[in-house]
Amino acid sequence: MVTLETYRGHIPAWCPGCGNFAILKAFKDMLVELQLEPHQITVVSGIGQAAKLPHYTRCNTFNGLHGRALPVATGIRLANHAMPVIVTTGDGDCYGEGGNHLLAAIRRNINVKLFVHNNQIYGLTKGQPSPTTSEGTKAKNVPSGVISEQFNPMTLAVALDCGFAARAFAADTEHLKGLMKEAMNHQGFALIDILQPCVTFNKVNTYDWYRERVYHIEPEYNPEDRLAAFSKSLEWGDRIPIGVICRNSRPAFEERVPMIAAGPLVHQDFDPSRIDETLKDFY
Amino acid sequence: MVMDYSIKIGGEAGQGIQTIGDALGRVFTRSGYHVFSHQDYESRIRGGHNFYQIRISDHPLAASRDKIDILVALDQASITSHEHELTSNGRIIYDASTLKLKNEGPAFLEIAFEKLAMEQGGDKIMANTVATGAVLGMLGIGLDIFLELIAVMFKNKGDQIVLANRNAAQAGYEYARQHCDKCTFAVATDEIKQRMLVGGIESIALGALASGCKFYSAYPMTPSTGIMNYLASKEDEFGVIVEQAEDEIAAINMALGASYAGARAMTGTSGGGFALMVEGLSLAGMTETPIVIAMGQRPGPATGFPTRTEQGDLDFLVSAGHGEFPRVIFAPGTPLQAFYLTNKAFDIAEKYQIPVFILFDTYLADSQWTFDSFDLSPLRYHDYRLRGDAFKNQHDYKRYAFTDSGVSPLAVPGDAGHVVVVDSDEHDEEGHPVEDAATRIRMVEKRFFKKLPLIRSEIAPPELYGDHEAHVILTGWGSTYGVMKEIVDELGKTISIAMLYFSEVYPLPDLTRFDYVAFLQQAKLPLCIEHNATGQFGRILRAETGFMFKNLIHKYDGRPFTVEELIGEIHGHLGNI
Repeated sequence: MVTLETYRGHIPAWCPGCGNFAILKAFKDMLVELQLEPHQITVVSGIGQAAKLPHYTRCNTFNGLHGRALPVATGIRLANHAMPVIVTTGDGDCYGEGGNHLLAAIRRNINVKLFVHNNQIYGLTKGQPSPTTSEGTKAKNVPSGVISEQFNPMTLAVALDCGFAARAFAADTEHLKGLMKEAMNHQGFALIDILQPCVTFNKVNTYDWYRERVYHIEPEYNPEDRLAAFSKSLEWGDRIPIGVICRNSRPAFEERVPMIAAGPLVHQDFDPSRIDETLKDFY
Repeated sequence: MVMDYSIKIGGEAGQGIQTIGDALGRVFTRSGYHVFSHQDYESRIRGGHNFYQIRISDHPLAASRDKIDILVALDQASITSHEHELTSNGRIIYDASTLKLKNEGPAFLEIAFEKLAMEQGGDKIMANTVATGAVLGMLGIGLDIFLELIAVMFKNKGDQIVLANRNAAQAGYEYARQHCDKCTFAVATDEIKQRMLVGGIESIALGALASGCKFYSAYPMTPSTGIMNYLASKEDEFGVIVEQAEDEIAAINMALGASYAGARAMTGTSGGGFALMVEGLSLAGMTETPIVIAMGQRPGPATGFPTRTEQGDLDFLVSAGHGEFPRVIFAPGTPLQAFYLTNKAFDIAEKYQIPVFILFDTYLADSQWTFDSFDLSPLRYHDYRLRGDAFKNQHDYKRYAFTDSGVSPLAVPGDAGHVVVVDSDEHDEEGHPVEDAATRIRMVEKRFFKKLPLIRSEIAPPELYGDHEAHVILTGWGSTYGVMKEIVDELGKTISIAMLYFSEVYPLPDLTRFDYVAFLQQAKLPLCIEHNATGQFGRILRAETGFMFKNLIHKYDGRPFTVEELIGEIHGHLGNI
């Protein structure tokens, strides 16, 4: 029987009040509800505050390099597609350093769950702007304010016809847990952009700032309507939609790789004598 | 009298030089001869000037010669560039209608490749088949083997195409037999021995397949792309996944992910792509994740000469990656060595949980050799991973458990109730990040100091070929093996000479089994021959053993050494004895 106790890990080194605590709670609750055991999942992460999450619970863990969680996760899935693989990452790690991998992962539709802790700031390196920092925000290294336009992961997801893309708010933990479960059950790549207040470095996008703006997407909204999804993804400012923005049933990459149709690569036997036949081609 | 002929096919990219070269190579092999071929091409898909050089003999070959006996000129540039390489009895065949120029002189034999192709095959596309037939006619090698090969080559295009090509081959063959009346080529007619003709790049891929490689991720880059293509052609048969990554950074990280998950994994690239992988190499070092990296050198810096050859990245590999961690570098000199060393790379990578390189270059990648066979009995295959029930019975599993050897149990995640935690941060035995000095020291000792002597004990001593008390020693590594060996055979008739050859280059072999430093010290002329500008291997040897070469031969024009060229260089140093 999997309980919250099963997922007790090291004590988090996050700042008191950090939005990550709520995300970690939703994450553990989700695993308990799905009754997955720690050895039955693999969490891949890169570098940043979000990337520390797997150490604060119990699971197979590959805590690699900044921005590189998605290719590692892709390799794990191709080698063992019976293993659910989750990436915990942040806006700098995933949308900044790892941008090319995000494009490729969505295009592949690899069955990886990507949970982005989006606090719109760099926390670990102490307060530099991230791709999702709003235009004009001042920081130590940009005293006159951010010039680049704010990156919108939901619009990107719609543009690339992402199999599953949702936005969540860390403090709405029940809602987040529900989205995480939906993502886990989706048969393909799933992105959840989780709005996460950074109490130390982001003085603009605070708990209250988000609470005043986020709303649950209307039940009649159809995330499979791509044009509607495009409009929905553009909503930002006074009202910010949370929930599933877009979804489709494109088959996952792994389902289309013939070599693993019979079973995971890691469980396939190797017969060294087979090379003998291949060498005959060279005579 | 030793039979030894060289044939060069020259022309623009896209004219079919490779088709002719590959066909001739296979016909010569199947006819029982030893073959060596290499290619020279520009970084373009159409136009320019490229060539394919094939040497055939009744004795084993290991390099190309400067002199050629038959030049198949598909363009006029082939004549102006290579006419001077012709032997006194050499012949040039060409099609005046394609070249739009008639060449006069005793060496020239005009053959209307296109016209004969139209008449006999019905399509001028078969001009290359005519040319191939003509070369066989000039040499007086029977046509039957080529006719059989045509059936294999055009199997998928139907009987009509096979027949048309056979007629075209026959036409070229007959024309050459009748009109090359001054051809004096005498081919040996010993009994046919079945041999294999195999290139360097396929041999690396074959070595991977023979070692249970299950996953290969890469981004295309000359000269490594052939590994990806060959493995992909065998993916069903061997159950190997070949994934073209979005960039080299992804390529190495995917391979590390697959390896962590429990599959033998490999990536491949060239210097520029490897520059992007360097951070991933360091990750392999810290997480102790086994990986094999095929690194194909071409002349740099930056884009350099994309299609040419150099041994310029040894230094880079030795020191690549931030931080300190063990690695092994193998640098094969022949396709056979590439096959076995790739196998050894997979074994050592997994046994010690380290990155292992196959360092090759464009010259080795593209050259083809004949061998009697690849003996499979020396191949190693041992699964060092903890799987299934073996893992289940493990009490209190820790990925980085301290052990006497420094090697911790490498478990497959998901196979038992334990979790497998790896971290790019400095970590404790369980894989979680730490900050304390004591753990750091023990981990460095585990990763580096404990493993290193064990790794070094796996490294084979250099090969000594020739006079065991030689005055002159040709020292080298990687793809210069063949040319140095031929020179030892040739110069060994008159002077005391040997080759000291390293295919397992880093860490350097220890001196207990063979004191190669003492061997170098006793020689009158120890020479270090490298295909780079600064003598990278010589520098490593000096740094690690204190031995310093005073006589150096370096070549950095992007072209391989030929036998005659290197002999000339060696002669320049003999006066220093």
